[in-house]
Amino acid sequence: MTDSSKPVDNSRRTAIGLTCAVGAVGGAAVAVPFVSSFAPSERAKAAGAPVEVDIAGMKPGELKRVEWRGKPVWVVRRTEEMLSTLDKTESKVADPDSLRTAYPTPEYAQNQYRSIKPEYLVVVGICSHLGCSPVEKFQAGGDPSLPGDWEGGFLCPCHGSTFDLAGRVYKNKPAPDNLEVPPHMYLSDSKILVGEEDNKA
Amino acid sequence: MNKILKSLAAVATACLVGSAVAAGGGYPLDPFPTQKLTQQPALQNGAKLFVNYCLNCHSASLMRYNRLTDIGLTEEQIKKSLLFTTDKVGDPMRIAMRPADAKEWFGALPPDLSVIARARSSGDGSGADWLYTYLRAYFRDATRANGWNNTVFESVGMPHVFWEQQGSRGATLAEVKEIHDEDSGKLTGFVRTIVEFDTNGVRTETTQPLDGLKHHASRNWTLGKPVGGTLSQAEFDDQVGDLVAYITYMSDPTAQKRMRLGVWVLMFLGVFTVVAWMLNREYWKDIK
Amino acid sequence: MAQEKHIESPGPLTSLLGWVDQRFPLTATWKAHLSEYYAPKNFNFWYFFGSLAMLVLVLQIVTGIFLVMHYKPDAAMAFASVEYIMRDVPWGWLIRYMHSTGASAFFVVVYLHMFRGLLYGSYRKPRELVWVFGCLIFLCLMAEAFFGYLLPWGQMSYWGAQVIVNLFSAIPFIGPELAIWIRGDFVVSDATLNRFFSFHVIAIPLVLLGLVAAHIVALHEVGSNNPDGIEIKEKKDANGVPLDGIPFHPYYSVHDILGVAFFLMAFSAVLFFAPEFGGYFLEYNNFIPADPLVTPPHIAPVWYFTPFYSILRATTADFLLYWMLPFLAIFALLALVSVRNLLARLIVVGACGAMILGFLVIDAKFWGVVAMGGSVMILFLLPWIDNSPVKSIRYRPGWHTYVYAVFVVVFLVLGYFGTKAPSPMNELFSKIGTLIYFSFFMLMPWWSKMGKFKPVPERVTFSAH
Repeated sequence: MTDSSKPVDNSRRTAIGLTCAVGAVGGAAVAVPFVSSFAPSERAKAAGAPVEVDIAGMKPGELKRVEWRGKPVWVVRRTEEMLSTLDKTESKVADPDSLRTAYPTPEYAQNQYRSIKPEYLVVVGICSHLGCSPVEKFQAGGDPSLPGDWEGGFLCPCHGSTFDLAGRVYKNKPAPDNLEVPPHMYLSDSKILVGEEDNKA
Repeated sequence: MNKILKSLAAVATACLVGSAVAAGGGYPLDPFPTQKLTQQPALQNGAKLFVNYCLNCHSASLMRYNRLTDIGLTEEQIKKSLLFTTDKVGDPMRIAMRPADAKEWFGALPPDLSVIARARSSGDGSGADWLYTYLRAYFRDATRANGWNNTVFESVGMPHVFWEQQGSRGATLAEVKEIHDEDSGKLTGFVRTIVEFDTNGVRTETTQPLDGLKHHASRNWTLGKPVGGTLSQAEFDDQVGDLVAYITYMSDPTAQKRMRLGVWVLMFLGVFTVVAWMLNREYWKDIK
Repeated sequence: MAQEKHIESPGPLTSLLGWVDQRFPLTATWKAHLSEYYAPKNFNFWYFFGSLAMLVLVLQIVTGIFLVMHYKPDAAMAFASVEYIMRDVPWGWLIRYMHSTGASAFFVVVYLHMFRGLLYGSYRKPRELVWVFGCLIFLCLMAEAFFGYLLPWGQMSYWGAQVIVNLFSAIPFIGPELAIWIRGDFVVSDATLNRFFSFHVIAIPLVLLGLVAAHIVALHEVGSNNPDGIEIKEKKDANGVPLDGIPFHPYYSVHDILGVAFFLMAFSAVLFFAPEFGGYFLEYNNFIPADPLVTPPHIAPVWYFTPFYSILRATTADFLLYWMLPFLAIFALLALVSVRNLLARLIVVGACGAMILGFLVIDAKFWGVVAMGGSVMILFLLPWIDNSPVKSIRYRPGWHTYVYAVFVVVFLVLGYFGTKAPSPMNELFSKIGTLIYFSFFMLMPWWSKMGKFKPVPERVTFSAH
């Protein structure tokens, strides 16, 4: 390709090198805006803004569904009975302490009830297997698709994964992870803000 | 080659001069004080005026509230003082009025103002010049439903939202019109019409034929001195300047960032050109 | 490649290249078109614009790809989606301005590129096909710009499209139906927007890329012309290399990098400091959303179409009867006395006669469209109407330079008046300009061989730099 029999003189080599260097800097600089334009736009970010959930009128045992970033987020007002089942499911769930990092559990939810306040569970209602939305099965027993010692929780209809009342996935199910806990915080006793964390805590 | 270039240069100059002279024929526009575009206090005051005086009827549906962080406001400040039509700071500046209602109440749908400063540019001046002159060119006209008229935009449907600050004033329209013979179409004379509006908007018209044919058609407005306003003329001009600065920013929010970046880009390209010149010379010195 | 001789063990890259070369003419193509394509060494400033045109084409395609990620080709959403790009998409404003400045830059570069062809006779034998492909590229470029301009869905977009599509309704008999078929509706509407989007984004770019490839292949087949208009292939050395030729790579690849640097400076100056360019690159009326019920008081096409628009407007009934008719009569007479071939003579005179008849029978509206189309199509004929014994302006009689200068001035004047509202002065100058524009081409068979030509040198004129 190049005439390699003639030695390339130094000044030519310097000129080529310099041009390539400056050109490469320019090329990288031009690439930045184009690559950045892929990132979520202001419209996407506005649509993905945090959502306020009013929990004032919730009945014990009620599940409230809101949308955040296009996904369903559940707020469950758990009864004492529901919370007591969590001890019983401790040995049946794959990751009882929520240590797995695929969908990291925020540190304020790294406890048995997986929430800031035990009374209210806040999780993303999407199965960690392939993305279907599980159904609520809060009643113990009685359902043929569930084991006899079913304490209450969620069942995913697509491939049969089950979760307890803290959203922890049972062992030996297709789903590998517990239900994701989204960043959230309490604005007051009656309002949860899903999508933003309390930085002061 | 040189002859071609010389003729080209001559024509180019002629064209530039020609386009400067060719005006739109409307009310002469005052120059907008462009230094306000880089003054954050002016822009912030303008944003406040916009939200309070304009957003009732005009939407700015392509501008998001949280964009105002560009002019030095925090999201908290925006939420507290400027969010009237929504509660989400990422939302665009929409209004609640329905288009059908607007047409009925004002005669026309108040246009969306998102890019108005770019749309109103013309050979006569920039869009900011137009807006700045327009907002300060209202006068009383009792013959109109809302009592106001405007020399820049005659018979405009928009009322004078700043009437309290500027006060009331009259205006005079002096027109010289041609008279043509009905059958032959030939020019037979001129007539001058003077329409006067006093500070209460009462209209009087006087017509006077002119002698001879050494006249030409013209149409000129003269605005009267405002009375009864809460602001002095200088204060009012300053306030309108702030508002127009904000509207101009809103029409092209990236303008300042673009020009700053442009300086760096041109400096870099200057360096690149020098390097490319050296490379070119390196190779071409071999060619005899 | 039958034999594989092992000389010394080749490095891994060389073996890979060898593997490819046995299956694909990679090195062969590199040699034929770059490292062993011999171009004349006396290229000047006018020879930058070809590579610059290619650069702008790439720029438009790349920025176009990124714009289409966010643009919505729907009449209800298009205008807002452009502002969405300007405000909400990270760096969207830069990509948009690159595309809008690039569109105008494309025409600046292409007009200068074409003018080089005019100056140095680059369209002459054996390069007629290069020129024809180039004219086709120019036509496609105009179509591409026209279709693209509807997409922002502003007032200018809408009404410009409405007017130009209505031009087709001027065609006798089939006109109005044709206009509806083009629009897909009775007026310019969402249907029109969607199909123009398809043409602008995929149909014409594909055709353009094909034509550009053909244009370059045709050029390389015969070799480039040069400012002296002499054929460098007529004098070769012992190895078959033209004496006045230098390999394109590295000499012109490096030279063109310098041209790119200058271009990017001018381009960036406009983009960053005056992207609207006084309302010529981004028209002010286009910041008003399209309104089918209100026409802006002053519509004009974008600046690069204005010369041809002036020609359209100048073609009135008066112009046809009192200016074109006498001109065609004179032209027919000239053809009668100088064209040797009997058949050609009959065709030319017959065509003139038919047109003169047509002026009296068909509306000037139709002839305006014909004149506008004709003013572009006449470019195709250039290789066959230039009878000058020399190719380049350098060796033509001095007064030919003035003829070219007048042509350029007329083109610019027509363009200038095309941006202005109609007026008596506008009409007069446009008529004069139109007549001169057509005379330049139609009388070229005669004026191009008149005068005292200068002796053409044996070798190219070049001074070492």
